Amino acid sequence: MCGIVGLFLKNESLQPELGRLTALMLHEMVDRGPDSAGFAVYDVPQAATKISCLSLTGTSDWAALCKEVEKVVGAPIRIEEIEDHAILHTEGDGAVARNRIIEIAPDVTVLSVGHAIELFKGIGDPDAITQRFGLAQRTGTHAIAHTRMATESAVVIAGSHPFSTGADTCLVHNGSLSNHNRLRENLRRRGETFQTENDSEVAAGYLAWRMREGDSLEGAIERALQDLDGFYTLAIGTGDGFAVVRDPIACKPAVIAETEDWVAMSSEFRAIARLPGVNHADIWEPKPATVYAWSHAA
Amino acid sequence: MTVATELDLDSLSIRQVNAALQGAEEGAFRVLHAGGAHALACGLNATLDVTIDGHAGYYCAGMNKHASVTVMGNAGTGCAENIMSGQVRVQRDVSQSLAASGHGGLVVVEGSASARAGISMKGVDIVVGGDVGHMSGFMAQTGRLVVLGDSGSDLGDSIYEAQIYVRGAVASLGADCVEKPMAEEHTASLTELLARAGLDADATSFRRFGSARKLYHFSIDNMEDY
Repeated sequence: MCGIVGLFLKNESLQPELGRLTALMLHEMVDRGPDSAGFAVYDVPQAATKISCLSLTGTSDWAALCKEVEKVVGAPIRIEEIEDHAILHTEGDGAVARNRIIEIAPDVTVLSVGHAIELFKGIGDPDAITQRFGLAQRTGTHAIAHTRMATESAVVIAGSHPFSTGADTCLVHNGSLSNHNRLRENLRRRGETFQTENDSEVAAGYLAWRMREGDSLEGAIERALQDLDGFYTLAIGTGDGFAVVRDPIACKPAVIAETEDWVAMSSEFRAIARLPGVNHADIWEPKPATVYAWSHAA
Repeated sequence: MTVATELDLDSLSIRQVNAALQGAEEGAFRVLHAGGAHALACGLNATLDVTIDGHAGYYCAGMNKHASVTVMGNAGTGCAENIMSGQVRVQRDVSQSLAASGHGGLVVVEGSASARAGISMKGVDIVVGGDVGHMSGFMAQTGRLVVLGDSGSDLGDSIYEAQIYVRGAVASLGADCVEKPMAEEHTASLTELLARAGLDADATSFRRFGSARKLYHFSIDNMEDY
Protein backbone atom coordinates (compact mmCIF):
# COMPACT_ATOMS: atom_id res chain seq x y z
CA MET A 1 0.00 0.00 0.00
CA CYS A 2 1.09 3.57 -0.64
CA GLY A 3 -0.44 7.01 -0.48
CA ILE A 4 -0.16 9.53 -3.27
CA VAL A 5 -1.17 13.14 -3.54
CA GLY A 6 -0.98 15.79 -6.22
CA LEU A 7 -1.91 19.45 -6.17
CA PHE A 8 -2.09 21.61 -9.29
CA LEU A 9 -2.81 25.29 -8.72
CA LYS A 10 -4.96 27.16 -11.21
CA ASN A 11 -5.04 30.37 -9.19
CA GLU A 12 -1.62 32.06 -9.09
CA SER A 13 -2.37 33.73 -5.78
CA LEU A 14 -2.20 30.32 -4.09
CA GLN A 15 1.41 29.71 -5.23
CA PRO A 16 2.92 30.83 -1.88
CA GLU A 17 0.71 28.18 -0.24
CA LEU A 18 1.66 25.24 -2.47
CA GLY A 19 4.11 23.63 -0.06
CA ARG A 20 1.96 24.10 3.00
CA LEU A 21 -1.10 22.59 1.32
CA THR A 22 0.89 19.68 -0.11
CA ALA A 23 2.37 18.94 3.32
CA LEU A 24 -1.13 19.01 4.79
CA MET A 25 -2.29 16.50 2.18
CA LEU A 26 0.71 14.24 2.61
CA HIS A 27 0.25 14.17 6.37
CA GLU A 28 -3.15 12.51 5.88
CA MET A 29 -1.54 9.75 3.81
CA VAL A 30 1.05 8.79 6.44
CA ASP A 31 -0.80 5.69 7.57
CA ARG A 32 -1.01 4.46 3.97
CA GLY A 33 2.77 4.67 3.74
CA PRO A 34 4.70 5.19 6.96
CA ASP A 35 8.12 3.90 5.89
CA SER A 36 9.30 6.42 3.28
CA ALA A 37 8.20 9.56 1.51
CA GLY A 38 9.16 12.00 -1.17
CA PHE A 39 7.87 15.01 -3.01
CA ALA A 40 8.44 17.02 -6.16
CA VAL A 41 7.66 20.72 -6.21
CA TYR A 42 7.36 22.63 -9.48
CA ASP A 43 8.17 26.29 -9.08
CA VAL A 44 7.86 28.93 -11.78
CA PRO A 45 10.38 27.80 -14.45
CA GLN A 46 13.70 29.60 -14.43
CA ALA A 47 16.37 30.01 -17.11
CA ALA A 48 18.92 27.86 -15.31
CA THR A 49 18.58 24.09 -15.00
CA LYS A 50 18.10 22.62 -11.54
CA ILE A 51 19.48 19.16 -10.86
CA SER A 52 18.20 17.55 -7.65
CA CYS A 53 20.73 15.08 -6.26
CA LEU A 54 20.75 12.70 -3.32
CA SER A 55 23.91 11.55 -1.58
CA LEU A 56 23.48 7.85 -0.74
CA THR A 57 26.32 8.05 1.78
CA GLY A 58 25.31 11.44 3.18
CA THR A 59 28.94 12.52 2.82
CA SER A 60 29.31 13.15 -0.92
CA ASP A 61 31.77 15.87 -1.87
CA TRP A 62 29.49 18.09 -3.95
CA ALA A 63 32.22 20.64 -4.77
CA ALA A 64 34.57 17.98 -6.14
CA LEU A 65 31.75 16.34 -8.09
CA CYS A 66 30.64 19.63 -9.62
CA LYS A 67 34.18 20.47 -10.65
CA GLU A 68 34.18 17.31 -12.78
CA VAL A 69 30.68 17.90 -14.13
CA GLU A 70 31.48 21.50 -15.06
CA LYS A 71 34.11 20.18 -17.48
CA VAL A 72 31.49 18.43 -19.63
CA VAL A 73 28.68 20.96 -19.37
CA GLY A 74 31.02 23.89 -19.94
CA ALA A 75 29.26 26.14 -17.45
CA PRO A 76 29.63 26.85 -13.76
CA ILE A 77 27.44 25.01 -11.23
CA ARG A 78 26.06 26.59 -8.08
CA ILE A 79 25.54 24.14 -5.22
CA GLU A 80 22.58 24.46 -2.85
CA GLU A 81 23.08 21.83 -0.16
CA ILE A 82 20.06 20.67 1.86
CA GLU A 83 20.70 17.84 4.32
CA ASP A 84 21.75 14.80 2.22
CA HIS A 85 20.42 16.44 -0.95
CA ALA A 86 21.90 19.10 -3.19
CA ILE A 87 20.23 21.20 -5.86
CA LEU A 88 22.77 22.01 -8.55
CA HIS A 89 22.02 25.13 -10.60
CA THR A 90 23.63 25.57 -13.99
CA GLU A 91 23.17 27.28 -17.34
CA GLY A 92 24.70 24.19 -18.96
CA ASP A 93 22.91 21.14 -20.40
CA GLY A 94 21.07 19.31 -17.62
CA ALA A 95 20.90 15.98 -19.44
CA VAL A 96 24.65 15.99 -20.01
CA ALA A 97 25.24 16.83 -16.37
CA ARG A 98 22.90 14.05 -15.24
CA ASN A 99 24.62 11.43 -17.34
CA ARG A 100 28.04 12.55 -16.15
CA ILE A 101 27.03 12.41 -12.46
CA ILE A 102 25.56 8.91 -12.90
CA GLU A 103 28.77 7.88 -14.68
CA ILE A 104 31.30 9.13 -12.14
CA ALA A 105 29.47 9.26 -8.79
CA PRO A 106 28.09 5.91 -7.61
CA ASP A 107 27.33 7.52 -4.24
CA VAL A 108 24.93 10.01 -5.84
CA THR A 109 21.45 9.50 -7.27
CA VAL A 110 20.14 12.14 -9.66
CA LEU A 111 16.53 12.62 -8.61
CA SER A 112 15.41 15.14 -11.21
CA VAL A 113 16.53 17.58 -13.87
CA GLY A 114 14.59 20.55 -15.13
CA HIS A 115 13.83 24.23 -15.09
CA ALA A 116 10.91 23.96 -12.67
CA ILE A 117 11.22 20.74 -10.66
CA GLU A 118 12.96 20.14 -7.34
CA LEU A 119 12.69 16.67 -5.85
CA PHE A 120 13.37 15.32 -2.34
CA LYS A 121 12.96 11.89 -0.80
CA GLY A 122 13.90 9.92 2.27
CA ILE A 123 13.10 6.94 4.43
CA GLY A 124 11.34 7.13 7.77
CA ASP A 125 8.39 9.15 9.02
CA PRO A 126 6.88 11.12 6.10
CA ASP A 127 6.11 14.16 8.26
CA ALA A 128 9.72 14.27 9.45
CA ILE A 129 10.90 14.09 5.83
CA THR A 130 8.69 16.96 4.69
CA GLN A 131 9.90 19.03 7.64
CA ARG A 132 13.53 18.20 6.98
CA PHE A 133 13.27 19.51 3.45
CA GLY A 134 11.01 22.41 4.31
CA LEU A 135 8.08 21.39 2.11
CA ALA A 136 5.62 23.65 3.93
CA GLN A 137 7.67 26.75 3.10
CA ARG A 138 8.04 25.94 -0.60
CA THR A 139 6.19 27.86 -3.26
CA GLY A 140 5.26 26.86 -6.76
CA THR A 141 2.67 25.92 -9.32
CA HIS A 142 2.14 22.20 -8.68
CA ALA A 143 3.46 19.34 -6.60
CA ILE A 144 3.18 15.59 -6.28
CA ALA A 145 4.12 13.52 -3.28
CA HIS A 146 4.14 9.95 -2.04
CA THR A 147 4.12 7.96 1.18
CA ARG A 148 5.41 4.42 0.83
CA MET A 149 4.58 1.15 2.50
CA ALA A 150 7.00 -1.30 0.92
CA THR A 151 5.30 -4.60 0.13
CA GLU A 152 7.55 -6.33 -2.38
CA SER A 153 10.95 -4.76 -1.83
CA ALA A 154 13.10 -3.39 0.95
CA VAL A 155 12.69 -0.08 2.73
CA VAL A 156 15.60 1.65 1.03
CA ILE A 157 15.82 5.14 -0.34
CA ALA A 158 16.05 3.73 -3.86
CA GLY A 159 12.43 2.67 -3.46
CA SER A 160 11.18 6.10 -2.40
CA HIS A 161 9.11 8.09 -4.87
CA PRO A 162 8.75 10.31 -6.88
CA PHE A 163 10.76 9.02 -9.82
CA SER A 164 12.01 11.14 -12.66
CA THR A 165 14.15 10.28 -15.62
CA GLY A 166 13.29 13.04 -18.06
CA ALA A 167 13.41 16.81 -17.91
CA ASP A 168 10.79 18.20 -15.53
CA THR A 169 8.88 14.91 -15.60
CA CYS A 170 8.20 12.76 -12.58
CA LEU A 171 5.60 10.43 -11.20
CA VAL A 172 4.35 8.80 -8.05
CA HIS A 173 2.87 5.33 -8.22
CA ASN A 174 0.58 3.25 -6.06
CA GLY A 175 0.59 -0.35 -7.24
CA SER A 176 3.13 -2.63 -8.84
CA LEU A 177 4.19 -3.39 -12.40
CA SER A 178 4.74 -6.96 -13.48
CA ASN A 179 6.62 -6.38 -16.74
CA HIS A 180 9.12 -3.81 -15.51
CA ASN A 181 12.24 -5.93 -16.09
CA ARG A 182 11.56 -6.41 -19.79
CA LEU A 183 10.45 -2.80 -20.21
CA ARG A 184 13.58 -1.55 -18.46
CA GLU A 185 15.79 -3.52 -20.85
CA ASN A 186 13.86 -2.22 -23.86
CA LEU A 187 14.13 1.34 -22.62
CA ARG A 188 17.84 0.96 -21.88
CA ARG A 189 18.34 -0.01 -25.50
CA ARG A 190 16.58 3.22 -26.44
CA GLY A 191 18.98 5.23 -24.33
CA GLU A 192 17.18 5.60 -21.00
CA THR A 193 19.35 5.35 -17.89
CA PHE A 194 17.94 3.83 -14.73
CA GLN A 195 19.39 4.20 -11.27
CA THR A 196 17.33 1.64 -9.33
CA GLU A 197 15.66 -1.74 -9.81
CA ASN A 198 12.32 -0.19 -8.86
CA ASP A 199 9.28 -0.84 -11.07
CA SER A 200 7.96 2.71 -10.73
CA GLU A 201 11.17 4.19 -12.11
CA VAL A 202 10.47 2.17 -15.27
CA ALA A 203 7.08 3.84 -15.65
CA ALA A 204 8.76 7.23 -15.29
CA GLY A 205 11.39 6.24 -17.85
CA TYR A 206 8.71 5.03 -20.23
CA LEU A 207 6.87 8.35 -20.15
CA ALA A 208 10.10 10.32 -20.47
CA TRP A 209 11.02 8.24 -23.53
CA ARG A 210 7.64 8.75 -25.19
CA MET A 211 7.67 12.50 -24.60
CA ARG A 212 11.22 12.75 -25.93
CA GLU A 213 9.91 10.97 -29.04
CA GLY A 214 7.36 13.73 -29.44
CA ASP A 215 4.27 12.41 -27.68
CA SER A 216 2.21 14.81 -25.63
CA LEU A 217 1.77 13.94 -21.96
CA GLU A 218 -1.68 12.53 -22.72
CA GLY A 219 -0.35 10.65 -25.74
CA ALA A 220 2.47 9.14 -23.71
CA ILE A 221 0.06 7.98 -21.02
CA GLU A 222 -2.37 6.52 -23.58
CA ARG A 223 0.51 4.47 -24.92
CA ALA A 224 1.61 3.49 -21.41
CA LEU A 225 -1.86 2.01 -20.87
CA GLN A 226 -1.01 -0.45 -23.64
CA ASP A 227 2.53 -1.25 -22.53
CA LEU A 228 2.51 -1.17 -18.72
CA ASP A 229 1.31 -4.45 -17.25
CA GLY A 230 0.29 -4.50 -13.63
CA PHE A 231 -1.75 -2.31 -11.40
CA TYR A 232 -1.24 1.35 -10.89
CA THR A 233 -2.64 4.68 -9.99
CA LEU A 234 -0.16 7.25 -11.23
CA ALA A 235 0.08 10.97 -10.57
CA ILE A 236 2.39 12.59 -13.08
CA GLY A 237 3.97 16.03 -13.12
CA THR A 238 5.53 17.85 -16.05
CA GLY A 239 6.96 21.36 -16.32
CA ASP A 240 3.54 22.89 -16.85
CA GLY A 241 1.16 19.99 -16.42
CA PHE A 242 -0.32 17.39 -14.15
CA ALA A 243 -2.04 14.11 -14.96
CA VAL A 244 -3.69 11.14 -13.29
CA VAL A 245 -4.26 7.67 -14.70
CA ARG A 246 -5.41 4.30 -13.32
CA ASP A 247 -4.96 0.87 -14.84
CA PRO A 248 -7.96 -0.82 -16.54
CA ILE A 249 -8.83 -2.87 -13.43
CA ALA A 250 -8.50 0.16 -11.15
CA CYS A 251 -7.95 -1.67 -7.90
CA LYS A 252 -5.76 1.11 -6.49
CA PRO A 253 -7.78 4.00 -5.14
CA ALA A 254 -7.89 7.57 -6.36
CA VAL A 255 -10.03 10.64 -5.86
CA ILE A 256 -9.86 13.89 -7.81
CA ALA A 257 -11.30 17.20 -6.68
CA GLU A 258 -11.40 20.41 -8.68
CA THR A 259 -12.33 23.99 -7.91
CA GLU A 260 -11.74 27.21 -9.84
CA ASP A 261 -8.49 27.56 -7.89
CA TRP A 262 -6.95 24.10 -7.89
CA VAL A 263 -7.03 20.45 -8.92
CA ALA A 264 -6.13 17.92 -6.26
CA MET A 265 -5.80 14.16 -6.39
CA SER A 266 -5.11 11.65 -3.70
CA SER A 267 -5.46 8.02 -2.79
CA GLU A 268 -8.20 9.01 -0.38
CA PHE A 269 -10.52 11.93 0.09
CA ARG A 270 -9.29 12.74 3.58
CA ALA A 271 -6.09 14.16 2.08
CA ILE A 272 -8.23 16.62 0.11
CA ALA A 273 -10.66 17.39 2.93
CA ARG A 274 -8.69 20.32 4.39
CA LEU A 275 -8.00 22.20 1.18
CA PRO A 276 -9.50 25.71 0.94
CA GLY A 277 -12.87 25.77 -0.78
CA VAL A 278 -13.22 21.99 -0.81
CA ASN A 279 -16.90 22.27 0.07
CA HIS A 280 -17.54 23.70 -3.38
CA ALA A 281 -15.26 21.28 -5.24
CA ASP A 282 -16.33 18.87 -7.95
CA ILE A 283 -15.23 15.52 -6.56
CA TRP A 284 -15.05 12.30 -8.53
CA GLU A 285 -13.30 8.99 -8.78
CA PRO A 286 -11.17 8.75 -11.93
CA LYS A 287 -12.40 6.03 -14.25
CA PRO A 288 -10.20 3.05 -15.18
CA ALA A 289 -7.85 3.46 -18.15
CA THR A 290 -8.83 7.10 -18.57
CA VAL A 291 -6.32 9.96 -18.74
CA TYR A 292 -7.07 13.09 -16.74
CA ALA A 293 -4.70 15.96 -17.49
CA TRP A 294 -4.36 19.65 -16.75
CA SER A 295 -1.87 22.15 -18.05
CA HIS A 296 -0.88 25.73 -17.36
CA ALA A 297 -0.13 26.17 -21.06
CA ALA A 298 -3.05 27.88 -22.76
CA MET B 1 -39.17 16.37 15.86
CA THR B 2 -36.22 14.73 17.59
CA VAL B 3 -33.16 16.88 18.03
CA ALA B 4 -30.13 15.02 16.75
CA THR B 5 -27.19 14.53 19.08
CA GLU B 6 -24.13 16.07 17.46
CA LEU B 7 -20.86 14.17 17.32
CA ASP B 8 -18.05 16.37 16.00
CA LEU B 9 -14.97 14.68 14.55
CA ASP B 10 -13.04 17.92 14.99
CA SER B 11 -13.08 17.24 18.71
CA LEU B 12 -13.81 13.50 18.98
CA SER B 13 -11.85 10.54 17.63
CA ILE B 14 -13.47 8.06 15.24
CA ARG B 15 -13.42 5.49 18.03
CA GLN B 16 -15.27 7.87 20.35
CA VAL B 17 -17.88 8.64 17.71
CA ASN B 18 -18.40 4.97 16.88
CA ALA B 19 -18.52 4.00 20.56
CA ALA B 20 -21.22 6.62 21.16
CA LEU B 21 -23.25 5.30 18.21
CA GLN B 22 -22.75 1.65 19.03
CA GLY B 23 -23.74 2.26 22.66
CA ALA B 24 -26.99 4.03 21.78
CA GLU B 25 -30.28 2.15 21.78
CA GLU B 26 -32.28 4.73 19.85
CA GLY B 27 -32.27 8.34 18.72
CA ALA B 28 -30.96 10.61 16.03
CA PHE B 29 -27.30 11.52 15.60
CA ARG B 30 -25.43 13.88 13.35
CA VAL B 31 -21.73 13.29 12.71
CA LEU B 32 -20.00 16.57 11.88
CA HIS B 33 -16.73 17.20 9.98
CA ALA B 34 -16.53 13.70 8.56
CA GLY B 35 -13.55 14.78 6.42
CA GLY B 36 -13.30 11.42 4.64
CA ALA B 37 -12.61 9.50 7.85
CA HIS B 38 -12.77 5.72 7.61
CA ALA B 39 -15.12 3.25 9.29
CA LEU B 40 -17.69 5.86 10.32
CA ALA B 41 -20.92 4.51 11.86
CA CYS B 42 -19.76 0.92 11.61
CA GLY B 43 -21.31 -2.01 13.38
CA LEU B 44 -24.50 -0.27 14.44
CA ASN B 45 -27.06 -2.59 15.94
CA ALA B 46 -30.09 -0.47 16.90
CA THR B 47 -32.79 1.59 15.21
CA LEU B 48 -30.76 4.80 15.13
CA ASP B 49 -31.03 7.58 12.61
CA VAL B 50 -27.49 8.71 11.77
CA THR B 51 -26.59 11.55 9.41
CA ILE B 52 -23.00 12.01 8.33
CA ASP B 53 -22.31 15.61 7.41
CA GLY B 54 -19.66 15.61 4.70
CA HIS B 55 -17.76 12.91 2.83
CA ALA B 56 -17.11 9.51 4.39
CA GLY B 57 -13.98 7.40 3.86
CA TYR B 58 -13.74 3.62 3.58
CA TYR B 59 -16.20 1.11 5.03
CA CYS B 60 -18.78 3.64 6.13
CA ALA B 61 -21.79 2.01 7.83
CA GLY B 62 -20.21 -1.41 7.48
CA MET B 63 -22.06 -4.35 9.04
CA ASN B 64 -25.09 -2.16 9.63
CA LYS B 65 -28.05 -3.73 11.44
CA HIS B 66 -31.36 -1.91 12.04
CA ALA B 67 -29.92 1.61 11.78
CA SER B 68 -30.58 4.18 9.08
CA VAL B 69 -27.39 5.95 8.00
CA THR B 70 -27.33 8.86 5.55
CA VAL B 71 -24.13 10.30 4.10
CA MET B 72 -24.64 13.86 2.92
CA GLY B 73 -21.65 13.66 0.54
CA ASN B 74 -19.57 10.93 -1.12
CA ALA B 75 -18.45 7.69 0.46
CA GLY B 76 -15.28 5.67 -0.18
CA THR B 77 -14.56 2.00 -0.77
CA GLY B 78 -16.75 -0.64 0.86
CA CYS B 79 -19.67 1.56 1.88
CA ALA B 80 -22.32 -0.55 3.70
CA GLU B 81 -20.10 -3.59 3.45
CA ASN B 82 -21.79 -6.66 4.84
CA ILE B 83 -24.97 -4.76 5.71
CA MET B 84 -27.43 -7.03 7.54
CA SER B 85 -30.54 -4.83 7.72
CA GLY B 86 -31.61 -1.21 8.00
CA GLN B 87 -30.84 1.41 5.38
CA VAL B 88 -27.78 3.24 4.11
CA ARG B 89 -28.24 6.23 1.82
CA VAL B 90 -25.49 8.21 0.12
CA GLN B 91 -26.47 11.51 -1.45
CA ARG B 92 -23.53 11.69 -3.86
CA ASP B 93 -21.15 9.07 -5.30
CA VAL B 94 -19.56 6.00 -3.76
CA SER B 95 -16.32 4.25 -4.58
CA GLN B 96 -15.71 0.55 -5.15
CA SER B 97 -17.31 -2.54 -3.62
CA LEU B 98 -20.56 -0.91 -2.56
CA ALA B 99 -22.46 -3.13 -0.09
CA ALA B 100 -20.04 -5.99 -0.67
CA SER B 101 -21.46 -9.26 0.67
CA GLY B 102 -24.49 -7.42 2.04
CA HIS B 103 -26.99 -9.83 3.59
CA GLY B 104 -30.06 -7.63 3.86
CA GLY B 105 -31.44 -4.12 4.17
CA LEU B 106 -31.50 -1.37 1.58
CA VAL B 107 -28.60 0.65 0.17
CA VAL B 108 -29.40 3.71 -1.93
CA VAL B 109 -26.81 5.77 -3.77
CA GLU B 110 -28.24 8.89 -5.35
CA GLY B 111 -25.10 9.45 -7.43
CA SER B 112 -22.95 6.80 -9.08
CA ALA B 113 -21.03 3.81 -7.74
CA SER B 114 -17.71 2.70 -9.16
CA ALA B 115 -16.37 -0.81 -9.76
CA ARG B 116 -17.68 -3.99 -8.20
CA ALA B 117 -20.88 -2.60 -6.72
CA GLY B 118 -22.77 -5.41 -5.02
CA ILE B 119 -19.87 -7.84 -5.23
CA SER B 120 -20.88 -11.12 -3.62
CA MET B 121 -24.15 -9.63 -2.37
CA LYS B 122 -26.19 -12.07 -0.34
CA GLY B 123 -29.67 -10.57 -0.03
CA VAL B 124 -29.24 -6.80 0.18
CA ASP B 125 -31.21 -4.52 -2.15
CA ILE B 126 -29.01 -1.89 -3.82
CA VAL B 127 -30.41 1.02 -5.82
CA VAL B 128 -28.01 3.32 -7.64
CA GLY B 129 -29.38 6.54 -9.13
CA GLY B 130 -26.46 6.99 -11.52
CA ASP B 131 -24.02 4.54 -13.11
CA VAL B 132 -22.10 1.55 -11.77
CA GLY B 133 -18.52 0.63 -12.69
CA HIS B 134 -17.07 -2.55 -14.13
CA MET B 135 -17.59 -5.97 -12.54
CA SER B 136 -20.67 -4.86 -10.65
CA GLY B 137 -22.75 -7.73 -9.31
CA PHE B 138 -19.71 -10.01 -9.42
CA MET B 139 -20.62 -13.38 -7.88
CA ALA B 140 -23.84 -11.84 -6.60
CA GLN B 141 -25.82 -14.53 -4.78
CA THR B 142 -29.20 -13.11 -3.82
CA GLY B 143 -30.83 -9.70 -3.57
CA ARG B 144 -31.39 -6.99 -6.17
CA LEU B 145 -29.02 -4.52 -7.80
CA VAL B 146 -30.89 -1.70 -9.54
CA VAL B 147 -29.08 0.80 -11.74
CA LEU B 148 -30.91 3.83 -13.09
CA GLY B 149 -27.94 4.85 -15.27
CA ASP B 150 -25.41 2.77 -17.19
CA SER B 151 -23.33 -0.22 -16.21
CA GLY B 152 -19.61 -0.68 -16.87
CA SER B 153 -18.18 -3.81 -18.43
CA ASP B 154 -18.62 -7.39 -17.18
CA LEU B 155 -21.87 -6.82 -15.35
CA GLY B 156 -22.92 -9.76 -13.21
CA ASP B 157 -19.86 -11.89 -13.87
CA SER B 158 -20.24 -15.36 -12.33
CA ILE B 159 -23.59 -14.34 -10.89
CA TYR B 160 -25.68 -16.76 -8.83
CA GLU B 161 -29.32 -15.95 -8.05
CA ALA B 162 -29.26 -12.17 -7.57
CA GLN B 163 -31.42 -10.02 -9.87
CA ILE B 164 -29.93 -7.07 -11.71
CA TYR B 165 -32.03 -4.30 -13.26
CA VAL B 166 -30.44 -1.66 -15.49
CA ARG B 167 -32.22 1.25 -17.15
CA GLY B 168 -29.33 2.59 -19.21
CA ALA B 169 -26.66 0.97 -21.37
CA VAL B 170 -24.68 -2.06 -20.33
CA ALA B 171 -21.09 -1.97 -21.60
CA SER B 172 -20.88 -5.78 -21.50
CA LEU B 173 -22.13 -8.76 -19.53
CA GLY B 174 -19.79 -10.94 -17.52
CA ALA B 175 -19.50 -14.73 -17.72
CA ASP B 176 -22.82 -16.54 -17.30
CA CYS B 177 -24.86 -13.33 -16.96
CA VAL B 178 -27.75 -13.02 -19.42
CA GLU B 179 -30.66 -10.74 -20.09
CA LYS B 180 -34.00 -12.17 -18.95
CA PRO B 181 -37.56 -11.12 -19.71
CA MET B 182 -39.33 -8.64 -17.42
CA ALA B 183 -42.46 -10.38 -16.21
CA GLU B 184 -45.22 -8.62 -14.29
CA GLU B 185 -43.89 -9.90 -11.01
CA HIS B 186 -40.53 -8.25 -11.72
CA THR B 187 -42.10 -4.94 -12.65
CA ALA B 188 -44.22 -5.00 -9.50
CA SER B 189 -41.31 -5.87 -7.26
CA LEU B 190 -39.08 -3.25 -8.88
CA THR B 191 -41.79 -0.58 -8.60
CA GLU B 192 -42.05 -1.26 -4.88
CA LEU B 193 -38.27 -1.14 -4.43
CA LEU B 194 -37.88 2.13 -6.38
CA ALA B 195 -40.60 3.71 -4.27
CA ARG B 196 -38.90 2.57 -1.08
CA ALA B 197 -35.59 3.96 -2.37
CA GLY B 198 -37.30 7.28 -3.10
CA LEU B 199 -36.01 7.39 -6.66
CA ASP B 200 -38.32 8.32 -9.46
CA ALA B 201 -38.12 5.86 -12.34
CA ASP B 202 -40.58 3.77 -14.33
CA ALA B 203 -39.98 0.09 -13.62
CA THR B 204 -41.03 -0.86 -17.14
CA SER B 205 -38.06 1.04 -18.57
CA PHE B 206 -35.55 -1.38 -17.00
CA ARG B 207 -33.97 -4.50 -18.41
CA ARG B 208 -33.43 -7.52 -16.17
CA PHE B 209 -30.27 -9.62 -15.96
CA GLY B 210 -29.50 -12.79 -14.08
CA SER B 211 -27.67 -16.07 -14.17
CA ALA B 212 -27.76 -18.44 -17.13
CA ARG B 213 -26.93 -21.07 -14.49
CA LYS B 214 -24.39 -22.69 -16.76
CA LEU B 215 -21.32 -21.82 -14.78
CA TYR B 216 -22.11 -22.82 -11.24
CA HIS B 217 -23.64 -26.20 -12.03
CA PHE B 218 -20.90 -28.41 -13.33
CA SER B 219 -21.57 -29.51 -16.87
CA ILE B 220 -19.13 -31.39 -19.02
CA ASP B 221 -20.26 -29.27 -22.00
CA ASN B 222 -18.93 -26.17 -20.24
CA MET B 223 -15.46 -27.45 -19.57
CA GLU B 224 -13.93 -24.49 -21.38
CA ASP B 225 -15.72 -22.08 -19.03
CA TYR B 226 -14.16 -23.50 -15.89
